[in-house]
Amino acid sequence: MRAPAILFLLCSGLGAAAVDSCVTCHAALEEGGKGPATLIKGDVHTAHGLSCADCHGGDRTTDDPDASMNRAKGFLGKPARTAIPKFCARCHSSPDIMRQYAPRERVDQFELYQTSVHGKRLAAGDPNVATCIDCHSVHDIRPVKDSMSPVHPLHVPETCSRCHSDKQKMAPYGIPTNQFEEYRTSVHWEALAKRSDLSAPSCASCHGNHGAKPPEVESVSAVCGSCHVLFAQLYERSVHKAVFSAVGGGGGCIVCHSNHGIHQPSTAMLAGPKAVCAGCHDAGTDPAKTAVQMAGWLDGLDAALKRSETRLARAEEYGMEVSEAQVRLIDGREDLVKARLAMHSMVSGEMRQPVDAGMAVAAETLKAGDAALREKDVRRWGLAVSVILIAIAILAIRGLIRRIETNGGPTPLTASGEKTS
Amino acid sequence: MSVKELRARTFDWFDERLGLREGRDLLDHKVVPVHAGTTWYYFGGITLFLLAVQLGTGILLLLYYRPSVAEAFDSVRFIMTRVEFGWLIRSIHSWSANLLIFAAFVHMFSVVFTHAYRRPRELTWLTGIVLLGLMLGFGFSGYLLPWNQISYFATKVGTDVAATMPFAGPALARFLRGGEDVGAATLTRFFAFHVAVLPMLTFAFVGVHLLLVQKAGMSTPSGISPARLAQMKFFPSFFLRELMVWYGVLAILGTLAAIFPWELGQKADPFSSAPAGIRPEWYFLAQFYTLKLIPSHVWFMEGELLGLAGFGLLAAVWVTLPFWAKGREGEGRTRLATGVGVFLVCYLFAFTILGYLK
Repeated sequence: MRAPAILFLLCSGLGAAAVDSCVTCHAALEEGGKGPATLIKGDVHTAHGLSCADCHGGDRTTDDPDASMNRAKGFLGKPARTAIPKFCARCHSSPDIMRQYAPRERVDQFELYQTSVHGKRLAAGDPNVATCIDCHSVHDIRPVKDSMSPVHPLHVPETCSRCHSDKQKMAPYGIPTNQFEEYRTSVHWEALAKRSDLSAPSCASCHGNHGAKPPEVESVSAVCGSCHVLFAQLYERSVHKAVFSAVGGGGGCIVCHSNHGIHQPSTAMLAGPKAVCAGCHDAGTDPAKTAVQMAGWLDGLDAALKRSETRLARAEEYGMEVSEAQVRLIDGREDLVKARLAMHSMVSGEMRQPVDAGMAVAAETLKAGDAALREKDVRRWGLAVSVILIAIAILAIRGLIRRIETNGGPTPLTASGEKTS
Repeated sequence: MSVKELRARTFDWFDERLGLREGRDLLDHKVVPVHAGTTWYYFGGITLFLLAVQLGTGILLLLYYRPSVAEAFDSVRFIMTRVEFGWLIRSIHSWSANLLIFAAFVHMFSVVFTHAYRRPRELTWLTGIVLLGLMLGFGFSGYLLPWNQISYFATKVGTDVAATMPFAGPALARFLRGGEDVGAATLTRFFAFHVAVLPMLTFAFVGVHLLLVQKAGMSTPSGISPARLAQMKFFPSFFLRELMVWYGVLAILGTLAAIFPWELGQKADPFSSAPAGIRPEWYFLAQFYTLKLIPSHVWFMEGELLGLAGFGLLAAVWVTLPFWAKGREGEGRTRLATGVGVFLVCYLFAFTILGYLK
């Protein structure tokens, strides 16, 4: 009784899997038409047991094209480009449907998309803006965590640049196309691409993904501050806040640090020929002098810490135990970071405190390094004296042996007890 | 009463109670054969001298060392940085441990190549082998005590190897670790082995070894009749020469300690990954490298098990050397012993070098 039942279940299962006329027929089509049937094998929807008909409608159980692609039976076919977001949103905006496949997945993508520049332009009838498939691909859609997905954190900049670096495509909108080029010179790109740091910011981190738009002037510091929290707090109460907010075409952090091409900050931004401060403050004015002073403090602390580091490293090379001082030096490095941070308050008094603390650490560790090197010299001198004393002792014993053996003492004897010489 | 008379009476007083004259007579009559290989005799004394250095420096380290996971590393750092001459004591202890094992190996191979293990010195050989094992035990247990990254993971590897032994392996590993993994129990256990169990056994075996050396006298190389050899009185001639060698060894120890102080490393972190290129001390390196070379499976046996079986067989052959390599039954056997010795020296030398380089 059980055997026929199992056989039935197996057959029905095989039958169900075999009947998907969309895939069967499209796979048999010419190169262009077979694409979706080939691509869908790696699609996340396929992995969840969904098929072509679940998005495009129709009847996948019949081989008859007229019946399987019968619009009267609900066949939707290829959606118009402007209809794509809504097409995807049928499921992706439905918590009830999404709960069945990916309960933790968000369902507000379409809502956000409608607030984005892409979404607004699409709603206004512009079919050239990005829709879901331009970023996520189509038919071979992969989860965001899949490293082969075009929206995997490591690939987001390239994906955005496919359109935003295309001069022809961007010409009607009058927006620049050098963002990706600039971004690839930034510290953020270095972290993302060279160190594979998935938490490093890419386009979507600042502009949003589904609700993508340029950050408004007022929100720049908030966007940067979502990662650089303490810097943003200091900036908020600095004199620059009010001034930068009034700057047309951009403000906040980007006034000094730029937007896409953010480079490693250095004291050259404060003083010298490439100083960004000089863009607003003429040389010789009080703010310019303060910037030069701040640069001097930071450079001075950095140099002092490096000097200590070198001294300790030298002592370590000689085998001296300086790990305590090396651990202490980490405090000094932290003070340097705090000083760089405090600089964003633009109040020199606030910056002086960590600079002084760091200089004290540098002096203390330098002293430890010097002491270790002096101790090394003492040890070497001690060794030299000890070796000389040992050599004298050896020579004295040798002399004693000679004296004993030449004075008829116990020199080497033959077996019979007679002296050999 | 003159000073001379006072000295004589004091000597008599002690002699009556301790038998000092017997000891003096023994020293007066003890002789050392003089031949081309007399130099090798010094290595037994060097080993003994380094053992004494270990004892002295070990006791001094005990004054500050604290055998717990929380304090061990910091206490060693305290010794190295804060205690007056602490760096010197610890560095000499560590360097001396290594020189001691090296000297013990040289002593052992000199015994093999001069065939000094022959009748009636089988027990001297056996006690010497036990002492070498104890020295390696000192090295293995002492290595963990600073509780730094390298020593922690090296001990993990070492006890893992012990665990692969058939039958008793897992139980032995558990016994050594005091649990399933290297941890706080392992440290206290290794400390107990290092400062109590092993020293007691060592004292006993050194006593028996010296007694046996005294009983049988110094061996002469095979093929040379003792009657045709020149001799040197042990005291003062040989003793003073040995003293010169000890001073030389002391100078080497001091130089190594002052120029290459023993490093402390980083505190052990059981949750971190093993440091790259983790390997045991040089005296276990040849065996370690051999085990690495053996494939994971050879025929029906696990590779590591096969390696351990090989080491076991070699050790059995080596320990029983005086019983199968008897010169009197034929020179062939003696030559075989020399051959085995040469093979072992070449193997240990080559695989230790390879273990370092690979």
